[in-house]
Amino acid sequence: MDPVHIVQGTAVPLDRSDVDTDQIIPSDWLKRVERTGFDKGLFAEWRDDPTFVMNQDEYLGANVLLGGPNFGTGSSREHAVWAIQQYGFAAVVSSRFGPIFRNNCTKNGLVAVEVTPEISDQLMAAVQADPTLELTIDVERRTLEVPALDIEVSFELSDAVQHRFLNGLDDIGLTLQNQASIDSFESARPAFKPITR
Amino acid sequence: MRMFISPVKHNAPPGSLHDVSSEPKTPPSGSEPKTLSQKVWEEHVVHREDGQPDLLYVDLHLVHEVTSPQAFDGIRQSGRSVRRPDLTISTEDHNVPTEDIDKPIADEISAKQVDTLRANTEEFGITHYPMGDKNQGIVHVIGPEQGLTQPGMTIVCGDSHTSTHGAFGALAFGIGTSEVEHVLATQTLLQPAQETMSITVNGELPEGSTAKDVVLAILGECGTGGGIGAIAEFRGPVIEALSMEGRMTVCNMSIEFGAKAGMIAPDETTFAYLEGLPNAPKGADWDAAVAHWRTLRTDEGAKFDREVVLDGSKITPHVTWGTNPGQVISLADNVPSPDMFDDPVARDAANRALEYMGLTAGTPMREVPVDTVFIGSCTNSRIEDLRAAAAVAKGRTVKDGMRTLVVPGSGLVKEQAEAEGLDKIFIDAGFDWREPGCSMCLAMNPDKLKEGERSASTSNRNFEGRQGRGGRTHLVSPAVAAATAIAGTFATPEDLR
Ligand code: SF4
Repeated sequence: MDPVHIVQGTAVPLDRSDVDTDQIIPSDWLKRVERTGFDKGLFAEWRDDPTFVMNQDEYLGANVLLGGPNFGTGSSREHAVWAIQQYGFAAVVSSRFGPIFRNNCTKNGLVAVEVTPEISDQLMAAVQADPTLELTIDVERRTLEVPALDIEVSFELSDAVQHRFLNGLDDIGLTLQNQASIDSFESARPAFKPITR
Repeated sequence: MRMFISPVKHNAPPGSLHDVSSEPKTPPSGSEPKTLSQKVWEEHVVHREDGQPDLLYVDLHLVHEVTSPQAFDGIRQSGRSVRRPDLTISTEDHNVPTEDIDKPIADEISAKQVDTLRANTEEFGITHYPMGDKNQGIVHVIGPEQGLTQPGMTIVCGDSHTSTHGAFGALAFGIGTSEVEHVLATQTLLQPAQETMSITVNGELPEGSTAKDVVLAILGECGTGGGIGAIAEFRGPVIEALSMEGRMTVCNMSIEFGAKAGMIAPDETTFAYLEGLPNAPKGADWDAAVAHWRTLRTDEGAKFDREVVLDGSKITPHVTWGTNPGQVISLADNVPSPDMFDDPVARDAANRALEYMGLTAGTPMREVPVDTVFIGSCTNSRIEDLRAAAAVAKGRTVKDGMRTLVVPGSGLVKEQAEAEGLDKIFIDAGFDWREPGCSMCLAMNPDKLKEGERSASTSNRNFEGRQGRGGRTHLVSPAVAAATAIAGTFATPEDLR
């Protein structure tokens, strides 16, 4: 994954609660065996509607997706994260994320910013009123700033994930540094544990 | 003035079940009383470092065609290999058709995904069950029936309903594709510690209520977010009285209220179910295993971070009315009015759900006409589910014009059902008897709802478009699904008498 330090730009206000992964990327798109090309599948069922917020000219080019509460609930499909990223978003903001989705974000360098419901509502209203509103998400300081609204909030990001984001590190490489611990754990596993062949 | 707001975890609304903390929690020390999930977790820690997620060993990795191709690709590109193909098992389930399985898959993209899995498992030496093999089936049905799912194991799969395996007292959860690659390469997974949550169901279920109704009632209580950040343990007399298959139904839907995993402490019911299964331990191994499994219970005095208690005697047959599984009511109730929700977010969601579902507040659920019935999915496609549905179908006839699919969870379930003559009961009643797979649970194969069609489904998700674009899904138990197929509107078996 590529390193991320700062995400700066405008946002698309997707003002709905419980946007689940079936909405983010419908199951037809899961048939692909490639890792790219998912941008066209993002919110595929809503994108046909000309009034859908992502179809509005004033929100083209935004790189932050502002979601309602319970964003990304549902399935484990990482395709949801790939679709959001490949469409051009570098961060998602919500007052509450589906846990597997949130974890998948950390594997791909998509910044999931969890804020209070109050801040989320305030941002939603402000971005609806002014599509040019600028947001800055700083991974190093773990803050979301909106200077025009005089907002600066911090968000949770574990040290481990922050380290990988800032350095663009791959989990597998890090884990393999502990190969000796894996070997010794493995040799002590009980004999009654099953094998698959 | 510049506002500074501290991280949300300090601002969680009072009484909220939800704590968004993602900071690593401190693991319990050696002598402290532990919960079931903490015990299994601790037994699998390969490496622990302050401020870092734990590195956990994975006992069993289940693989299917949808979430694995990019992971195998990653392994190949980085020149790595699969560390433990002998702890990995693979099947094809999401894309497979449920008719004409002797012919090649007609949908080219589905066919390519399935072929890719066959090639990948062949290349890396992983046991794979292809369409038509009696061991093939939905990934969460085959693990338990092969005896590969055992108490105290860690089990992962690139699928959110991996929580199903928690019914055996295993720590089992869904992972994303990057994690699938991580497990393939290292047989471990990095996991930040989770909170613990207990869900106690007291009393005794009324006659006619099932495990599905229990978990739907839990969802009504917890909503879609009540379990986020926690591993849930289901406990209490109602849970203990459930069969293994009923317990799998309950654990299956843990992810629907956001829990990382759901678990049930192993007991005599668990051991009796496992004994003699193909991969269960034998002889001295069996004794050693059972002795260990008996220790896998929450200690007296162990504390849970969250607790939910339900009165099982009040759980009647349930049905969802909305577009998430937390939007659920008793089948005897009327479609709720959005005004009944104080929380503006819930009210808004209810308004949108009613519109999508084409329902009017105040309509009795029993009067809502249904055109499709789906009996299947990893929630309810095991032999007991089919028996429960067949008991209702027996000697009756499906409503004119009703489309029905009965899809067994695996080749072995199908074989058993046919040996018991259940297929004949279904076919005589006018149900469509199909080949195993995920089928209409998520409509990646040809079994789909059309725009505006309304289904009673024994699956686990009623999201917009889940069973086909514009389709309307209501989640119910197998008995209610069968009764609804006969009545034409939502019904319990009792209503048919
Ligand atoms: S049956 Fe449905 S929920 Fe279960 S694994 Fe298949 S698609 Fe997923």
